[in-house]
Amino acid sequence: MNNLEKYINAFAESLEVAPDQVPALKYGESDQWDSVGHMSLIAALEDAFDIMIDMDDIIDLSSFEKGKEILGKYDVEL
Amino acid sequence: MMWSFDRFGESIALRDEAGQTLSYRQLKAEGEALCAAAGGRCLVFGLCQNTLGSVMGYAGFLEGGIVPALLSAGIDRQLFDSLYQKYRPAYLWAPEAFDWEGCRCVYERLGYRLLQTPFGRETRLFDGLALLLTTSGSTGSPKFVRQSYANIRANTDSIVEYLQLDATERPITTLPMNYTYGLSILNSHLDVGATILLTEKGIAQREFWQFFRAEGATSFGGVPYTYEMLDRMRFLRMDLPSLRTMTQAGGKLLPQLHQKFVEWCRENGKRFIVMYGQCEATARMAYLPWEKSLEKVGSMGIAIPGGRFELIDVNGDVITETGVTGELRYYGQNVTLGYAECAADLQKGDERGGVLETGDMAQRDEDGYFQIVGRKKRFLKMYGNRVNLDETERMLKAAFPDGECACAGRDDHLMIFSTEESQLPQMRAFLSEKTGINASGFHTMHLETIPKSDSGKTLYRELEKYHV
Repeated sequence: MNNLEKYINAFAESLEVAPDQVPALKYGESDQWDSVGHMSLIAALEDAFDIMIDMDDIIDLSSFEKGKEILGKYDVEL
Repeated sequence: MMWSFDRFGESIALRDEAGQTLSYRQLKAEGEALCAAAGGRCLVFGLCQNTLGSVMGYAGFLEGGIVPALLSAGIDRQLFDSLYQKYRPAYLWAPEAFDWEGCRCVYERLGYRLLQTPFGRETRLFDGLALLLTTSGSTGSPKFVRQSYANIRANTDSIVEYLQLDATERPITTLPMNYTYGLSILNSHLDVGATILLTEKGIAQREFWQFFRAEGATSFGGVPYTYEMLDRMRFLRMDLPSLRTMTQAGGKLLPQLHQKFVEWCRENGKRFIVMYGQCEATARMAYLPWEKSLEKVGSMGIAIPGGRFELIDVNGDVITETGVTGELRYYGQNVTLGYAECAADLQKGDERGGVLETGDMAQRDEDGYFQIVGRKKRFLKMYGNRVNLDETERMLKAAFPDGECACAGRDDHLMIFSTEESQLPQMRAFLSEKTGINASGFHTMHLETIPKSDSGKTLYRELEKYHV
């Protein structure tokens, strides 16, 4: 699995959506992406890339696209 | 008369993220205009958000003698329809985007509309009835808790006293207002002339913290899951000079987390107050005084001013010894009138007489502090919401008649057991959808047979090994 696949997979598994729907996801707009889902997502991303995401970035990660930008800060190339 | 908004005049009562405000004078005037449009005492379904229109409507209805039944604006449509048909409200007070067939808009203000239903004022109401709330996280059942004006007054007074609230407070919303704990925060702060910061954003969102900082929030409340999240977000590294108090209710916090937050607050000149309550007691029954927070970590404290507890043994006798487990019974003026399961029940008076069997099992220590050790009834707290396991099981059986199933689990971890492996994913999605609770709290397991006693009763004890 390459990094992008891992990234998509983390969203798909933690927010329980099909991988093809992942790129359109935004916080609060899908049923599962509420505060509980958000913490599952953060945990999934931290596990997948073996990183620790800072609080500032946790609260900033509000969409699939935004998340890509944030992971860049942790030297994860997507 | 519920409120005394006149005392606070031009002070800001409500402020939202967009910078819109209502002063206490405006709040009173808006409420009066809304009640005039509704034409006097009747039943209204309020579809709640943490927005100006929603809170103004609630406060106005309470003052104007109109009985709101508070529901989430995001309520499952089918559940809403069953409540609507059953209770036949005269009006809905709903966000602009909410439409319901057969209803006609008669008044519009602050993003909310008063929708007149075809039912008229046929639903009769007991004189003392102020408000209807669902037992939090209520699933399919159309059950309301009936709260009186006297209940709300008594509980509000107690809360203001033990939290020492005054007009300088600026609480920020973190809980839905149709949830009894969230509502008690609104009530107690409106009562002292404080400024309530209203937001639909959550603690996992940047906008929440921007609003928090820009407006200098002084307090917020949270359920155990809120504090678990804050801990995982490394909240304790944040610098929030305006914050004075965090309160916690809605289930038992892990003692190590309780301790962690208490220690951080002591070092940073803030307070962390653990509390205990139920919708059936209006909101609050107990709190752990801040001075005792470290010494009594893991305890939910003592009864609120005006209330009192007893522990009852299996024979129904009062336990006088310390360290003995019994069922917790509460006495106080905040004990609500009772439940309603149909429209006719709204005419009922007080069925409890100030006594509430909490259904929680507790112990008292030598200093008179209480600790919850378990529950008598089969329910869980899911992210602060009460979920009745017998009810979820009934719903599953009705929707999935094939095979057998059972529900069990621990807080924030509900287990669905079924003999039909193939339908487990749908069962899980079904419960998440019906309860509006995130699916990550629901877990499934296939069993060849559901363990039963000779008389055919499910042996839940034998399921414990899968979730304890």
